[in-house]
Amino acid sequence: MLELRDITKVYGLGTANENYLFNRFNLTIQEGDFISVVGSNGSGKTSLLNVICGSIDMEGGQVILAGKDITKQADFRRYEKIGRVYQDPSMGTCPQMTILENMSLADNKNKPYNLRSGTDKKRIEVYRDRLRELNLGLEDKLDVKVGSLSGGQRQAIALLMSVLTPVEFLILDEHTASLDPATAELIMQLTEKIVIEHRLTTVMVTHNLRYALEYGNRLLMLHQGASVIDIAGEEKENAVSEDIMRLFNRISLE
Amino acid sequence: MDIIIGVLEQGLIYAIMAFGVYITYTILDFPDLTVDGSLPLGAAVSAVLITKGVNPYLSLLAALGCGAVAGFLTGFIHVKFKVRNLLASIIMMTALYSVNLHIAGKANLALFDFNTIFNSGIGALLPASLSRYHTLIIALVMVVIVKIALDLYLRTKSGYLLRAVGDNPVLVTSLAKNNGSVKILGLTIANALVALSGAILAQQQRFFEATMGIGAVVIGLATVIIGTNMFKNVRFIKSTTAVIIGSILYKGCVAGAIALGMNAIDLKLIMAILFLVILIVSRERKKKVKQNA
Repeated sequence: MLELRDITKVYGLGTANENYLFNRFNLTIQEGDFISVVGSNGSGKTSLLNVICGSIDMEGGQVILAGKDITKQADFRRYEKIGRVYQDPSMGTCPQMTILENMSLADNKNKPYNLRSGTDKKRIEVYRDRLRELNLGLEDKLDVKVGSLSGGQRQAIALLMSVLTPVEFLILDEHTASLDPATAELIMQLTEKIVIEHRLTTVMVTHNLRYALEYGNRLLMLHQGASVIDIAGEEKENAVSEDIMRLFNRISLE
Repeated sequence: MDIIIGVLEQGLIYAIMAFGVYITYTILDFPDLTVDGSLPLGAAVSAVLITKGVNPYLSLLAALGCGAVAGFLTGFIHVKFKVRNLLASIIMMTALYSVNLHIAGKANLALFDFNTIFNSGIGALLPASLSRYHTLIIALVMVVIVKIALDLYLRTKSGYLLRAVGDNPVLVTSLAKNNGSVKILGLTIANALVALSGAILAQQQRFFEATMGIGAVVIGLATVIIGTNMFKNVRFIKSTTAVIIGSILYKGCVAGAIALGMNAIDLKLIMAILFLVILIVSRERKKKVKQNA
C-alpha cells in the first residue's frame, strides 16, 4: 500500500505567481490497484507521479510505502521497486546502445553493475522471446541501435525493460500520448497483459478518456490539484461514460 | 624518417590521453578540462618517483592512481556541490597546476640520467639492432594494452552503465542507480588514463615541464573528433581504434606544419586553428548527411 499524506506542492513560493498545485492532497493506493488518472492540463497528473517517484521536491506531506516513510528517500532508491515509462519514447531506452545492450542493462536492475560481461549470453533467448511477443519483428534486430527504431518500437522496448526485473509498481506517464492510434492501441494491450501477468500496482496518467475507462480498476480525475472523481471496482464499471466525459470536457475548458 | 617515428611515438602516447577524453567527451558528454592538469600530474608523479629510484613501470601505476584521484575530485565537486561540469573541471585544472609544481618541486625536471620504461624492463629486452624503434615499440605495446582493457571494460555491466549515463541519464535513475556516482566513476577512469599518458610522455621526452599540459584537452578533443568522425560509418573499426588513428593523424598534421617552416612558438596557434578546422569540417559533414537523408 502506498499512501500520499497531506501533499503540498507550491510553484513559485513567495513570489507574486505563487501557485499551490497540491494543498494537503491525500491518496491511498491499494496493492494491486490499476489507477487511471485523467485531468485537465496543469491539474497535477504528472506532478502526482513525480511525487510518488521522488523526482520533485515538495513543500509538505509524506509518502508512505508499506507503512514506511519514504519522503526523504532519493528518487533512484525508490526505483528499486518502481518501473516507469515516460511519454517520450527516448526517455526509456539508450539510443546509442543496441536492443540487446538495452535489454541486458535493464535485466541487471537491483544487481551490481560490476566487471562481469554486460550481456549474459544465457539470457539472450529470454529477451528474444519477450520481443517476439510484441509482434514487431524486433527479435531479429538485437544488434540494431535503439535510436534508429520508430517511437512505437522504442516505447514497446521501454515498457518491456521497465518490468524485466521484478518491480512492485508500474508508473505510466502518458506513455501512449506520442504514438499513432494503432501503435497506442498495441502498447495499451501490452501494458494490460504485463500488469496482469506481473500483478503490478499501476498508476497510469493518460489524456485518453477511453483508455482510462477501458483499463484499470480505478479512475481518478484531477482538477486543480484535487480529485474530482475517484471511483473503483463496480462503481467504475457501471459509470456512465457520457457523465464522465461531460465533466472531463467541462474541467478541460476551464 | 625520424619525423615519422617521432609522430608515431607521440601519436600513440597521446592516444592514451585521448581515450580519457573519449570517455568524458563522447561517452559522458562532459567537457572535462581537468585533462590540462592531470596530464602533467601524471608526468610529475612519474618523473619524481624515477629520480627517487623507483622502478619506471611502478611509477606508471602511481601516476594512474593520482590521475584517478584528480578525476574523482572533479566529479565529486560537480555532483556533490552541484557546480557546473565545465566549471568543476576548471577548478581542478587550476588547482592541479600548483599541485604539480609541489610534486615536482620545480617547473622542470630532467630525466636524462635515469632509466625509463623505454630502456629498462621489457625495454631492455628488445634487440639492440632495433634501438631506433624501442620507444615506438614500447609505446605501441602500452597503447594496445590500454585499448584492449578499455574495450573489455566498455562491454562489462559497469561499462554499459557508464555508456548509459551519457546517453540517457533518466534511464540510469530508472535502473535505481545514482547518476552522479556513475559520472564520478567515468571521470576517475578517464583522468587515470590521462595521467598514465602524461607519465609515459614524460619518460619519452625525458623531462617534466609544469606547462606541458597547456592545450592537452584541445589535442584530446581534436583527436577524438577526427577519429570518431572519420570512421563513423565503418562498423568494423572500434571507436578506440579510431581514436588511435586520429591521434597519429593529428600529431602528423602538427609535425607537418612545423616541417613546412612554421615557428615552434606558433605551435599552440597551429593546434587551435587545426582544431577549429576539424570542428568546421565535421559540422559540414553532418549537414551533408542530413541533406542526403
